[in-house]
Parts: sequence; structure tokens; C-alpha cells
Amino acid sequence: MVAQPAIVQRRDAMTPVLRLLAKRLATSLIVLVGVSMLIFAIARIIPGDPARIALGPNATAEQIAALRAQLHLDQSVFVQYGYFVADVLRGDLGISLYTNRPVTTDIAQFLPATLELILVAGAMMIAFGLPLGIWSARYKGKWADNLIRLISLLGVSAPSFVWAVILMLLFAFYLPLFPIAGRISDDIVVTPVTGFLMIDTLVAGNLRAFADAAWHIALPAFALALSGIGQAARLTRANMVETYERPYIEMARSYGFSERRIANRYAFKPSLIPSLTIIGLDFAAMLGNAFLVEAIFAWPGLSRYGVEVILRKDLNGIVGTVLIISATFLIVNIIVDLLIAFLNPRIRHSQRAS
Amino acid sequence: MSAPMLDIRDLHLSFKGHTGLTEVLHGISLHIQPGERVALVGESGSGKSVTARIVLGLLQDLPSARITGQVLFDGRDLELMSSRARHALRGTAMSMIFQDPTSSLNPVFRIADQFHDVLRRADPSVAKAAAHDRAAAILAEVSIRDAQRVLNAYPFQLSGGMNQRVMIAMALANEPALLIADEPGTALDVTVQAQTLQLMRRLVEDHHTAVLFISHNLGVVREFADRLYVIYKGRMVEQGPTDAVFADPRHPYTRALMAAVPHLTGGGIPEIAEASPDFAAPLVDHEAEAPS
Ligand SMILES: Nc1ncnc2c1ncn2[C@@H]1O[C@H](COP(=O)(O)OP(=O)(O)O)[C@@H](O)[C@H]1O
Ligand SMILES: [Mg+2]
Repeated sequence: MVAQPAIVQRRDAMTPVLRLLAKRLATSLIVLVGVSMLIFAIARIIPGDPARIALGPNATAEQIAALRAQLHLDQSVFVQYGYFVADVLRGDLGISLYTNRPVTTDIAQFLPATLELILVAGAMMIAFGLPLGIWSARYKGKWADNLIRLISLLGVSAPSFVWAVILMLLFAFYLPLFPIAGRISDDIVVTPVTGFLMIDTLVAGNLRAFADAAWHIALPAFALALSGIGQAARLTRANMVETYERPYIEMARSYGFSERRIANRYAFKPSLIPSLTIIGLDFAAMLGNAFLVEAIFAWPGLSRYGVEVILRKDLNGIVGTVLIISATFLIVNIIVDLLIAFLNPRIRHSQRAS
Repeated sequence: MSAPMLDIRDLHLSFKGHTGLTEVLHGISLHIQPGERVALVGESGSGKSVTARIVLGLLQDLPSARITGQVLFDGRDLELMSSRARHALRGTAMSMIFQDPTSSLNPVFRIADQFHDVLRRADPSVAKAAAHDRAAAILAEVSIRDAQRVLNAYPFQLSGGMNQRVMIAMALANEPALLIADEPGTALDVTVQAQTLQLMRRLVEDHHTAVLFISHNLGVVREFADRLYVIYKGRMVEQGPTDAVFADPRHPYTRALMAAVPHLTGGGIPEIAEASPDFAAPLVDHEAEAPS
């Protein structure tokens, strides 16, 4: 009886979030269609005949013509796009001329490595960036603050591939604490379930393999995360310093709450939303930055595949890769938006749909 | 006469800035008996809020603040106490109500959660459910009938008057011996302000809570306070029982204050444009003189 109003209120409160989800899904679909058109057109503007590249220099004119007809390359771009959309809707991204396998199979093989790298880097961004920002704001003007600000500035001042080279030289080469390349030691065999090594090793109950996978991912993920850590720390600090000026912080002090609790709870939570927004953006940007980091650490992810298919003008491979990366980008953005909406009571409890 | 709840003696406060030390309080004295309601009146910048913050022990930790003099709370000298012991008094033995209720409550936590934190100051082991019930009971005391809705709400979902009641309820939740109200409800409209002040007055009377009531509004002060102090630029200029001071304001600054507020029920103290040299005249103490 007593708890009832609360439950009713909570159920009502879900609707704005659901509405937001529907809206974001619809706009994402439109963006995805736009991206597919764009990349489809660009891939066909690049000079060079994919059929000739695929068949090699010794192919006869008839063979090339036959492949062109098979790939619908002899028809207009619009007809080609129509075929493409119909195929995509069936879950068919075509055959890669580079691997001679369905593009979906290639992506299923290479995407998990990239996603795992990005997820671990994202976790590092949150696990290091936010606490650094909180400490910095709490000890504003003291040495801890100055040190953290210096580190953050350093983090954002170089792109992740530069950090990848530096970290590799320092901690894999001169000081061989971490492996220099790859996802896992050669002598360890993991049966793929999800493709995420850190999950598959746990599923198999192989803790040694899990530790090995974590040891391999640490350096590339950290290189990828560093600028995001710096940015998250800086933004969190800036927001919290502003929040510290608010009357509700003085009220919290007047009630004798500890400085630690004020920092971690009363000042941090109102400042969290802008930080999450920037982390979400960084997270999505990592999909692009991962290309070079993967190349440096010989990480068998989607970037290697992406570079190969571009060099070979493998149209299906290029379009499939870009489509998947765009879709991942949009999904990450939707998740972050929902998270923000969920954490922000003003959105969660708004009566009107925005 | 019993020992005072709060006894401020010759309190000086300076702030260290890039231009050197600036003295803000030039030796003020003030005392409040248990259960007594005392007002501190003066124009903006005269040093009312800093006095409140020293009593709460909040300014002591500020590196730029230099404090001398004595602040005795319940007979104990705050300056001699450890920072930790001062801290322990906050939110338990004394609490504070602020000017704007809606911006003084944290925007991202439900009222129930903020109440829980407040109640935990007095009883660190209090469970969420018990805190919820206790909070509902206290909210009923400030005439909030649908306490469940209020407890489950965020401050932005409640009206200013409702948030003000919540603040009053929170401030009194741990039965403090001293309540400091720094221009409470000035941000609210006049009728709501009057209602909530009446409520606060009833509660502090019931709970026998001593109050340091800082206000801009002489009309409200007349209704609320037993005694009043008038502060001008960091110096006390007049003090005495409210009725006596209102009946016979003697210090030129007090007179200027009263002349500047023709309507006793509304408005604040406007800036008094011409600062007369008379305002620097010494303290007028209505109690120091033998009653005739
Ligand atoms: N942290 C601070 N640093 C420097 N000066 C301060 C600080 N806090 C208050 N002051 C100064 O002390 C004086 C009294 O302020 P305050 O007590 O807030 O006045 P009011 O009577 O309006 O509440 C003002 O001149 C103000 O500028
Ligand atoms: Mg003030």
C-alpha cells in the first residue's frame, strides 16, 4: 500500500525514455541508409575495375565480362544499389573478392577483436578518467590536481597511434612487460564462442588463457583509451568545479557530510551527464582510431580487413565494413543517449515528449 | 539565566587576498539562549552569512580566513575543538536553512535519498526503510500530507514552497539544539514565505530549538524573533528585545533601516544610499540599561 505510488510513478517515468529510443532508432535508420548510399557511390567512383583486379592479369576479356555481369557491374549504379539493398535486407553482404568468402563471415571473424579492444578501452576511459576528474576537482589547486591536469593534458595532446608507438617502445620493447603483438599467446587454443577472447576464455574456465588475453589487450587498449581518459578527466573536473559552487554543495557541507562523500556523490552525479556525453563520442571515435592502433599492435581486427579490401578494391568488402562500422557507431550513440536519459531525472521524468 | 546555547565573543574575521588582509568582522558579540529566537539584521555584505558559516565551522577550514575571538557552542569553544569534533556537530547539534530551497537541494537525488543521508548523520546505521518512515513523519510535521509523493520526487518536480518545507523538515530532523536560517525563503514569493516561516516558528517552539535568524526583512524579524542584533559593516550597532528596538530604535543606522522599509510585511532592505558618518556610532544595547 505504502510503496504503491512509487511503482506507478516509475512505470509512467519509463515512457519518455522509450519515446527517445524510438526516435533515435528511426533517425539512425535514416543515417544508415544515407551512409550506405554514400559509400556505395564512392566505392564505385574509385578508378579501377574490381572484376579485373579480382581475376588477375591473365584473365580473358570474356571471363571479366562474365564476372562483371555476375556482380551486376554492367548495369547502372541505381540498379546496382537496388540489388545491394535487397541483399542486405536478406542479411547478405555479398562475396568478398579478397577472401572469397561471404563478407558477413569475414566481419563475424574480425569484428569481435575490434569490439573487444574498443570495449576494454572504453572501460579504461570510465575507470580512470572519471576518478581522476573527481580527485582533481576535490583537490582543486593542490598538487594532486596539478599532477592529474598535467597527465590529462598529455593524454589529449597526442593521437592514439602515437601513444601506441610510445607505449609499445617503452613497455613491450625496452621494458618487455607486455607482449608486442597479437591477441593471445600462440600456444593457447581457445574455442571461439563469442569471438571475444576475454569472454571465451572465461566460458572455457581457462583462467590462464584469460590472463594471457588480458595481458595482450592491455597495451593497445590503453593506447586507444589515453586521449579519452584525459578528456573525461578534464571535463569531469571542469563540471565538478562548477558544481562545487552550487548552493546544494554548501548545504551538504552544512550537514557535515564528508568531503569524500560530497565529491563522489553530491558533486559528481550532477556533473556526470556531460562527461558521459564526451565519453560516448570518444567511444564512437575509437572505431576509427582503432585502425592504426590495430595496425601497430598487429591486432587481428576489422581494421586489417578494412585496409586489405580497400587496397584490393573489393567493393562488397568495403561497403560491408563501412556499413558495420557505421551501425556500431550508431548503436553506441543510442546506448549512450539512453544511459544519459536514464541518469538524468529531468529527462526521465519529463511529462512532455521532447 | 541559563548558560547560552551560542555565545560569540569579540569575533574577528579577515580574508587574505592579493591586496593583503581585509577585515570583514570587527569584533562582534552575540548570544542565544536555549530555545531562543534571535535575529541578525543588516544590509547585504555586512557579514551575516560569514558569521553563520563560522558558527557551523565551515570557514575555519578555508585557508584564506583568519578568525580570532571566541565562539562557544553549548559552553564549548569551537576554536579549541578539533576539526573532526566541529564536524561532528554539523547536521546533528546544529543545522542550517538556506536562501533558495530549490537550488539548495541536490537536483539529481530523490528527496527520500537526501533525507536518508541527513538522518544518517545522527544515526549512521539507519536503514533506508526506517529513514523513509521517519522522513514521512517529519514531513507530516511541516504539513505535507502526501509525504510519499514528495519523498519519491526530485526537487525540480516540487514547488518552491514545498521544497522550503522539505528543507525545514530536514534541518529539524535530527533535533538540533541550534538552527541557523540564512535569509530563508527570500527566493520565494511573499505569501509562501510567510506561510513557511509561520510553520518554522511553530516547529522550533515545539522542539525548543534555538534559532539564529538572518534576515533582510524587518517585518518578518518583528514577527519571528525574541531579540535582534543589527549589524553594520562587520560591527554590531544595536541589540535588544525585538519590541524594545522597534519601539525605540536609537542607533542612526537602525533608524535608517526602519525608515527605508515602510511596509513591514513585504520587501527587503534596499541599499541605504547615503551612508551617514553617524552609522559608525557605538553599540546601543537595550538590555545593558537598568529598566526604569
Ligand atoms: N570567501 C570569502 N573570501 C573573501 N571575502 C569574503 C568571502 N566570503 C565573504 N566575504 C566578504 O565578507 C563580507 C561579508 O559577506 P557576507 O557575510 O556574505 O554578507 P551578508 O551580510 O550579505 O551575508 C562581504 O564583503 C564579502 O565580500
Ligand atoms: Mg548573506
